[in-house]
Amino acid sequence: MPDLLLELFSEEIPARMQAKAADDLRRMVTDRLVAEGLVYEGAKAFATPRRLALTVHGIPARQRDLKEERKGPKIGAPDAAVQGFLKATGLASLDEAKIQRDPKKGDFYIALIEKPGHATLDVLADILPVMVRTFPWPKSMRWGERSARPGALQWVRPLHAITATFGLETEEPDVVKFTIDGIEAGQTTYGHRFMAPGAMRVRRFEDYEAKLLDSKVVLDRERRKDVILAEAKTLAQAQNFELVEDPVLLDEVAGLVEWPVALMGSFDKEFLSIPDEVIRATIRNNQKCFVVSDPKAGKLTNKFILTANIEASDGGKAIVAGNERVIRARLSDAKFFYETDLKTKLEDRLPKFEQIVFHEKLGTQGERIARIERLAAEIAPLVGADVQKTKRAAHLAKADLLTEVVGEFPELQGLMGKYYALAQGEDASVAAASEEHYKPQGPADRVPTDPVSVAVALADKIDTLVGFWAIDEKPTGSKDPYALRRGALGVIRLITENALRLSLLKIASSAIEGMLETGTKQALVDTHKIPADLLLFFADRLKVQLREQGARHDLVDAVFALGDQDDLLMVVRRVEALGKFLDTDDGKNLLAGTKRASNILSIEEKKDKRSFDGVPDAALYGLGEEKALAKAIDLAKTEAGSAVADEDFATAMSALAKLRPAVDAFFDKVKVNDDDAKVRENRLKLLNEIRSATRAVADFSKIQD
Amino acid sequence: MDAVPPHMRPERSFQGLILTLQRYWADYGCVILQPYDMEVGAGTFHPATTLRALGPRRWNAAYVQPSRRPKDGRYGENPNRLQHYYQFQVILKPSPPDIQDLYLKSLAAIGVDSALHDIRFVEDDWESPTLGAWGLGWECWCDGMEVSQFTYFQQVAGVECAPVAGELTYGLERLAMYVQGVDRVYDLNFNGRDGAERVSYGDVFLQAEKEYSRHNFEYADTAMLFEQFKMAEQACRKYLEAGWQKNPKDGKREAHLMALPAYDQCIKASHVFNLLDARGVISVTERQSYILRVRELAKACGEAWVHTEAGRAAADGPL
Repeated sequence: MPDLLLELFSEEIPARMQAKAADDLRRMVTDRLVAEGLVYEGAKAFATPRRLALTVHGIPARQRDLKEERKGPKIGAPDAAVQGFLKATGLASLDEAKIQRDPKKGDFYIALIEKPGHATLDVLADILPVMVRTFPWPKSMRWGERSARPGALQWVRPLHAITATFGLETEEPDVVKFTIDGIEAGQTTYGHRFMAPGAMRVRRFEDYEAKLLDSKVVLDRERRKDVILAEAKTLAQAQNFELVEDPVLLDEVAGLVEWPVALMGSFDKEFLSIPDEVIRATIRNNQKCFVVSDPKAGKLTNKFILTANIEASDGGKAIVAGNERVIRARLSDAKFFYETDLKTKLEDRLPKFEQIVFHEKLGTQGERIARIERLAAEIAPLVGADVQKTKRAAHLAKADLLTEVVGEFPELQGLMGKYYALAQGEDASVAAASEEHYKPQGPADRVPTDPVSVAVALADKIDTLVGFWAIDEKPTGSKDPYALRRGALGVIRLITENALRLSLLKIASSAIEGMLETGTKQALVDTHKIPADLLLFFADRLKVQLREQGARHDLVDAVFALGDQDDLLMVVRRVEALGKFLDTDDGKNLLAGTKRASNILSIEEKKDKRSFDGVPDAALYGLGEEKALAKAIDLAKTEAGSAVADEDFATAMSALAKLRPAVDAFFDKVKVNDDDAKVRENRLKLLNEIRSATRAVADFSKIQD
Repeated sequence: MDAVPPHMRPERSFQGLILTLQRYWADYGCVILQPYDMEVGAGTFHPATTLRALGPRRWNAAYVQPSRRPKDGRYGENPNRLQHYYQFQVILKPSPPDIQDLYLKSLAAIGVDSALHDIRFVEDDWESPTLGAWGLGWECWCDGMEVSQFTYFQQVAGVECAPVAGELTYGLERLAMYVQGVDRVYDLNFNGRDGAERVSYGDVFLQAEKEYSRHNFEYADTAMLFEQFKMAEQACRKYLEAGWQKNPKDGKREAHLMALPAYDQCIKASHVFNLLDARGVISVTERQSYILRVRELAKACGEAWVHTEAGRAAADGPL
């Protein structure tokens, strides 16, 4: 079956848009083909800085003919109905319609409509221009003479040529004939901008890709990445160094060249006095070059690797020299920034924060820092951190935001604070907190363990959460501009992974007090409601996290339903023990028994419009199973209660497990709805006792079967 | 190139580089203008770009524009940063289909050989909040150094460009440092001569950089500047209002007679704002509102310009 080759040749497409554009191209064309009844065998799309290309192979040469029967009006129907039928079906007169016999309802007309399939070449000529016109570039533009006219073509950058061929491997393919805003589809494309700029004629994908390669264009982005990575590694290894791999940069660089050539340059060793991260940020962000490390020294060396787009006539000497000069200038700026920063103590920067607004409703950064300091000092003893160190750490943690280096490279916030703190002789824990208090940034990020960092990290995140809750800027749906979900997850991970015992409700209340004192004076919501509301948010986040880890999230509900569960570590421990228990036969049967008791109770409670709380009357027990159950419940309550008090949830579960035979026997032998109302009531109270006994660990009614 | 005397060669003479670019674009058919006689932050502010980019008429022009960025002053101590520098500006309307090639040939004319150097077009979406303008294009890199900006104007002064103009902005000092192989801007050879006859960029501008840095950061009279901003803003509005010719019947605005003088006041307001900003007397929140005020002026000037004789379609056809 025939294949399609499509190329859209333009001026330089932004690197960050190329991968998605290739995907969109493939999706848009193949979706349209399928919608037109043309099922293809395979498709692959490509992007370089100057072209988007697509090959779709194995497309039928024609659409299938379609036959359709359409039911019309009855014989002798009013003229309006007949005319409507003729118009809808395209028949000239009723003579062209068939008559369908129907002895019951009466005979009626039928139109046989035949839709002949179109040649795929024609279908393509219809769908390709529409695809180009509606292509979803993040930003597109007009250009040239035609840009003055209404309906001028928009593309990411000026589009110069379109290649579109369709045909069998064995034959000369046809050009898909269409013209968009003066650009006529054909078979002509161009090679590398500098090394092979001439026009060339292409037939189909195989010779297209090969001819491009001859013309110094590597069409496949993955191949370009492989070339860059392999060459860069070789260059580094040749000098016994190691390439510092950087997948994001590699992706970007592969989108900046059609013919990648890796070259190595160096810079003055004096710049190695700048922290590695600053060197890397300078070379990577500004110059899009890779850095190189010396495995012996365990740090960066004075080399970098650039990716040129040409094989230069001098082997790349001028290119390397030019890049070295730019990098030298950039690094001397960075060194200047770094050394300037070192001249000012972190605390001397703080007064400036009084002028910087954190959020118009939440006061200045200065006020926020004071709040974090206060809250961190309160948390410190609870997490085993030295209070004075914690206060100092919180005091300095944000100061690097006002340094030159962080102004230049915002991604180095925290890290620079650590360097500057160490340089001014701060305690190691205090310095580390500058960097660590931002962690964890996401589910994969490391959780700090130093108690000082933990205290500041918790205070920072909880202050943010409480603040945005207070001004009613909670995340909704997909909107979470202040990354509050990430913040809450960070709190959960800090607490659970460090096995911390904290009352979230208390900490949240304390954070609110701090906020009312120092920060915003105009909380929008009732601040008394915030802690409990925030706890629900944490419960939701915890559920999401457990679900992602493959745990049962309904167990989280079962534990939170107990109420007042604001000690996340205990919640998680309960959930774990409950999960294990429910995996055993005892657990499953007890759950079934408890649910049965709950179901009966809720029916009878509804019927009688009352609850059956209260201690059952032992005198009313008539049957042995009742007495046995009552005894088992007493025992289980006592044992489970004391195990829970010891926070030994596994033992609490085994204590509950002992209920199982008595519960089973009770349901087996005892009729709950006895004719004697008093006996009935007493038995219902006994059932209620089962329910309340299990509430020592969780609300079993919230557990899904 | 052989006919060019050594002191005029772009690789050894700053003025030679400028003259080569002027020559190149003159040969292409551009009108070679002289710098606008007001303080501006970039070549784009020259009415030959801002206003001429609007409206349907063909317009090809090139010029050097001294540009002032008060905040970038470094008292002559930084090897790259200047509060006053030169831009070479080319504006081609409509953008010709071979504009990228034209640009590359201009680099070749000043000695940047594309077989030897790595020239790259790297995404750069251009936006000028003060001019109410945006466009798409690139930073042009030569061996990792940004030497030009290349923009297809989509909107200027709040008016859609129809047709679109292509704008090329060469950072002349950077480019000259590159072709001369110099690391410090003040070491550039200005006149291409040697020995006692040699005049460096520092000879011409170092004193000014020191003085203006002092002025921009320490002494610029802020009370006067605040007043000047207000006056320029008021004058701009006044001239715009006075320039409108209205239909006597329905009062509809039909033509404008004074867009250029009004626009001068907009330029003035913009520069005064830059000075105030450098003096650090404008807070973050105020900053936004000042930018907005200048933009409103720019937009009103753009609107006026497309109603002038020169700014709208000629009576005998669109181009």
